[in-house]
Amino acid sequence: MASVTYDHVVKRYTADVTVVKDFNVEIKDKEFMVLVGPSGCGKSTALRMLAGLEQISEGRILIGDRMVNNVAAKDRDIAMVFQSYALYPHMSVYDNMAFPLQMQHMKKSEIDTRVRNASRILGLDNFLKRKPRALSGGQRQRVALGRAIVRSPKVFLLDEPLSNLDAKLRGQTRVELQKLHRDLQTTFIYVTHDQVEAMTMGDRIAIMNAGILQQVGTPGEIYDHPANLFVAGFIGTPTMNFVPASVSDSTAKASGFEVELPKSLPSGKGTLGFRPEAVTDRVAEGSPQFEMKVDVVERLGSDQFLYGQVGGDQVTARVDPRMAVAPGDRVKLGLDTRSMHFFDAESEQALL
Amino acid sequence: MTAQAVAREEVVRAPAWSPAWISQRLQKVLLHVVVIGLTAAWMVPAIALFTSSFRHFEDINSTGWWTALAPPFKFTVDNYAKVLSSGNLGHSIFNSFMISIPATVIPTTIAAFAAYAFAWMKFPGRNYLFLALVALLAVPLQLTFVPVLKTYVSVGLVPQNWGFVGVWLAHAGYGLPFAVYLLANFFRALPSDLFESAEIDGAGTLTVFFRIVLPLSVPAIASLVIFQFLWVWNDLLVALIYVGGTENVAPVTVTLANLSNSLGQGWHLLTAAAFLSMIIPLVVFISLQRYFVRGILAGSVKG
Ligand SMILES: Nc1ncnc2c1ncn2[C@@H]1O[C@H](COP(=O)(O)OP(=O)(O)OP(=O)(O)O)[C@@H](O)[C@H]1O
Ligand SMILES: [Mg+2]
Repeated sequence: MASVTYDHVVKRYTADVTVVKDFNVEIKDKEFMVLVGPSGCGKSTALRMLAGLEQISEGRILIGDRMVNNVAAKDRDIAMVFQSYALYPHMSVYDNMAFPLQMQHMKKSEIDTRVRNASRILGLDNFLKRKPRALSGGQRQRVALGRAIVRSPKVFLLDEPLSNLDAKLRGQTRVELQKLHRDLQTTFIYVTHDQVEAMTMGDRIAIMNAGILQQVGTPGEIYDHPANLFVAGFIGTPTMNFVPASVSDSTAKASGFEVELPKSLPSGKGTLGFRPEAVTDRVAEGSPQFEMKVDVVERLGSDQFLYGQVGGDQVTARVDPRMAVAPGDRVKLGLDTRSMHFFDAESEQALL
Repeated sequence: MTAQAVAREEVVRAPAWSPAWISQRLQKVLLHVVVIGLTAAWMVPAIALFTSSFRHFEDINSTGWWTALAPPFKFTVDNYAKVLSSGNLGHSIFNSFMISIPATVIPTTIAAFAAYAFAWMKFPGRNYLFLALVALLAVPLQLTFVPVLKTYVSVGLVPQNWGFVGVWLAHAGYGLPFAVYLLANFFRALPSDLFESAEIDGAGTLTVFFRIVLPLSVPAIASLVIFQFLWVWNDLLVALIYVGGTENVAPVTVTLANLSNSLGQGWHLLTAAAFLSMIIPLVVFISLQRYFVRGILAGSVKG
């Protein structure tokens, strides 16, 4: 059990290939931290530097109070679950899980207790004698988890551990992992490119793009108060609506409508952002409203999504499923002004 | 895999006697004819040798070996009895083992360590060293005889003092470039996640080598052992140069060559002797070939 600190960490492969830039984050003891971002943004690299598989070009990484920049991977007291699982194919499930303990020259009886304990937690009791090739993807994934938990490490690192599972199993394992985290009371650092995994599993989420940390916060903070245009667009499905707008005082004017913002901003151009659920078919008296020319209607039972044009802009609305609409209709929709975002045109930072 | 193959065949099977069906059939038949033809062409000399070795001296001299395959059958084991009792073939076979086994084990062992270093350890000049090693594959063996022999003589590494050590080292040297090349390529293809995982699990370089790389490389090592053993067993030139033709040290190949001089007229004995020398590599091959388990990596990483 320990906290993890990235202190101005930089990873450079060559002079002009920098894949992680000035990375600063403090992960608390026993926290479930999710590192999320699009493919190639450097999240695996950030994790691998912590694991000791990659040299740190600049800055420091601390596990607890100990700087680990020059500590060998095996002495960092961490365990890692790989996307590919990386099971030893010639060893039985039991030996796979016992391997890290044998490396610590632990007593046979102690190894046995720990392996059996882990296999019970993960439901692997019936497979201990099998080789990995005789297991399903989900079972292999659990063996990989088992190999990590037998060591009782200070920190768990998981690099997209669910991406090889089918959708249903992924949902199940997501829940199991959270339970495991609760039971083990250990720091988890979990890398994924899937925002649903990030939102559902993380105590906190760190969002990266192009090697730069964009925002760190709880799922709620990130959803309700995205720090910039990238974060706002990355989290949430369907994505947030972005329409070009100009502000003067506290009024934002888009091509198809005008809204009163909760506070006044420096006047200028920018991007107005609002989530599909901020658009409603119940038009309240005095609240801003606009007319939408509907192109596509998506009914999901519990929800109904309308995709269409408002003025010159593309807008998505999440409305009551009972509202009767057909493609081609023009409908009147209202806007909830409590959850409006406004992003600076230059810096793309959130001003509201 | 089998299920898939069956399924695929099911899909492309054309209705009987349609043009597509006929061409498919023809292709299949042609393929079989070619494969069987090639196999037969390769097998004929061995079968001829085998048959002849059981024939009487007069028959060998008067009729072709194939006539023995039709009645009347007149086979004998006299040739084998004579060869094994009179000549020093038995001792030569022993010598051949004495040469071949260390001359296989030494380079294979060194090559496994070297290949691991080339494949998975970072050190300066690694790629250039590897390139130099691969370039050695192109050096003709004959070029090395004079300098190597001179060195051996000057340091006293001659059969009288050191027995087979000289020829072991020579074979090790000749075999190493290919052995390292083959194994390094195989090791390199192992998934890097396995090494990283082992590193985090606390395994050192040697542990990774013995507990992960070696067990996963059994097929590659088995094929290397077969290659090297066959090459050393069948080698005449290197043995002649570094061991010489003296009776008590000569391997089978050298003895056979001598026999064919002295027994120029008696080649019924020669056939038996030659077959004896062939049977051993065959046994080695057949006993090792079960290690060519395909898909030994299955289940390690998602494939
Ligand atoms: N050895 C290397 N040399 C140069 N660039 C590299 C090297 N290894 C990785 N990169 C680059 O570093 C960047 C980040 O890689 P990384 O594996 O961390 O991405 P990721 O965020 O984990 O993506 P994914 O979701 O696809 O796994 C990528 O653009 C990649 O091309
Ligand atoms: Mg990655």
